[in-house]
Amino acid sequence: MANPDFESNGRWRDLDKLLLRPGNLVNENFEPGPQLRSDLQEYARVLVVGAGGLGCELLKDFALSGFRNLEVIDMDRIEVTNLNRQFLFRLQDVGRPKAEVAAQRVMERVSGVNIVPHFCRIEDKEVEFYNDFNIIALGLDSIEARSYINAVACSFLEYDSEDNPIQETMKPMVDGGTEGFKGHARVIMPGVTPCFECTIWLFPPQVKFPLCTLAETPRTAAHCIEYAHLIKWDEVNSGKAFDADDPEHMQWIYSEATKRAELFGIPGVTYSLTQGVVKNIIPAIASTNAIISAACALEALKLATGCSKTLSNYLTYNGLEGLHTKVTEFFKDKDCLVCGPGILLELDTSITLQKFIELVEEHPKLLLAKASVTHRGKNLYMQAPPVLEEMTRSNLNLPLYDLMDKTPKDVVHITGMVSKNDKKTSCLRKLCVVFKGVDLVTEMDTAGGA
Amino acid sequence: MKKIDIVIVDVKEKKVFVTDLLCIFNVFSLGFFILFYSPASQNQSGIMIRLFKVKEKQREAAENNNGRAPVKKQSPGELRLNKDISELNLPQTTKISFPNGKDELMNFEVSIRPDEGYYRSGKFEFTFQVSPTYPHEAPKVKCKTKVYHPNIDLEGNVCLNILREDWKPVLNINTVIYGLNYLFTHPNHEDPLNHEAAAVLRDNPKTFEANVRRAMSGGYVGNNTFSRCIY
Repeated sequence: MANPDFESNGRWRDLDKLLLRPGNLVNENFEPGPQLRSDLQEYARVLVVGAGGLGCELLKDFALSGFRNLEVIDMDRIEVTNLNRQFLFRLQDVGRPKAEVAAQRVMERVSGVNIVPHFCRIEDKEVEFYNDFNIIALGLDSIEARSYINAVACSFLEYDSEDNPIQETMKPMVDGGTEGFKGHARVIMPGVTPCFECTIWLFPPQVKFPLCTLAETPRTAAHCIEYAHLIKWDEVNSGKAFDADDPEHMQWIYSEATKRAELFGIPGVTYSLTQGVVKNIIPAIASTNAIISAACALEALKLATGCSKTLSNYLTYNGLEGLHTKVTEFFKDKDCLVCGPGILLELDTSITLQKFIELVEEHPKLLLAKASVTHRGKNLYMQAPPVLEEMTRSNLNLPLYDLMDKTPKDVVHITGMVSKNDKKTSCLRKLCVVFKGVDLVTEMDTAGGA
Repeated sequence: MKKIDIVIVDVKEKKVFVTDLLCIFNVFSLGFFILFYSPASQNQSGIMIRLFKVKEKQREAAENNNGRAPVKKQSPGELRLNKDISELNLPQTTKISFPNGKDELMNFEVSIRPDEGYYRSGKFEFTFQVSPTYPHEAPKVKCKTKVYHPNIDLEGNVCLNILREDWKPVLNINTVIYGLNYLFTHPNHEDPLNHEAAAVLRDNPKTFEANVRRAMSGGYVGNNTFSRCIY
């Protein structure tokens, strides 16, 4: 494979067109030159999250675009139904971890690239694992997983004293998603462009049928399948958890759904529809994945090299009838709990939780009465319900610094009531609490050593 | 092996980006590969690669030190649920409990003791399961007490519109709890999950009332046995 002639003349011809020439719309500070390509190869570290339809495409695109330090994480094993579009996999790979096979295949085909696979859940990695990468590319199919990675990436973000995001702490993400002929690609630069959570409302609500329709008046094949899945399963297999990945379970749902469809004279129940309804699957289309991944990979290249300004910031693609594609600029939510700066509070280490709650009520930027306080999943004080209030009441007289495990600087969330024009509304706020007179570095070391 | 070039044209910048695609694609999709991008606005941050270099050095230096202690991440769903819980304003009939302690609120139990209607003085236990994507997704609610009710089946499935088709992220745990209370004061034969109970309620409310009392005191209704839930 290693052909010196190809390496010196042909291989990077196309990439060099982007990296060697100036342009009118390149990023400020863009300095074209051969150094850029070798820096890209040496220093850019990209994590691809997901090695499925989008992940396979992304890995290939990155490898061919000059990126050399890649890692990929995926918890799934290859299934037969993946083979039509997840083109790095072959029939004999069925049952093997996607991340490992994908990494191996791309490394075999593209010389010089190094891909480290991680066959595990994204939550299994420590948060610091994600901090090692310069760019995180998402090829995922769930809101939950996106939300998790987004929260992790945004947790590295720090703001200066004027609430401007500090560039060194930004962890850019490119996110792709497809559903049939439709897809999106977006660039998330935490602190600059909206994060995933700022625009979570973009996701349409899931379609859910009323249970009583399923039980009484099914009208469609999907109703019959959901009946078998949500009602009949528990009735017959009491206590046994339904596993959508178990073919026997799926077969059982299919046959129950068929019986019900016959009873009501409803056509259209098939095994693949059953899988689709139960697992919420919309058929994936290889070309949509390829287009969306190409857009994502290009954005990552732009981010890394500055050879162009990036997409701003959300591309939608629809190939259902003809072709429609559009870029929309969304704005971030300045009060976002995930990517926002939070309100800075400087406190003495001696301040009690009680005093802290009084303080946020008087703080001009907050004026938040009856605050409940949470720190890293620990509820320090809850105003309601009485059972939780009682459990947390004893914390009120303790110093907040101690309750926060003597962390010199950290995020705290509070909820409470705010009065605006005589109207009371409840709100949830992110605070950045800093304790005065505590040396950040030494405290960090003791925490690490303990 | 046939090679097909995929060309993405950034029209605004007169630049062409080409990747060699080593696998053969169906020709139909090729026509789509020309993507036109709209121009980027000025608010993006600058070139990143110099930062990468600096970071790489930091990373190497950091590898010798102990990393920071891993920290528990709190999902936005958990934060929102905390807010819901801290603002609960429960009716007299309802008690809530957290079997996993004060820091694990995503799974909890609610018990309802209606003070009027067919079900007064019965005690009904519900489990709530809240997913990390809450409030995008409604909480999953099941009735643990076997109950003779037109809108709750014998497996504990609950037919309440705001738990499924009418769930919206602006709703909260309090609304769901009020909804459950409403089911006991206003059982509804038009949305049946327990078909027989619904038919009796519709055709003969007196018999329905008697059936409910019998079920709640731990007797039989039809072929079904219920456990006592009046204390």
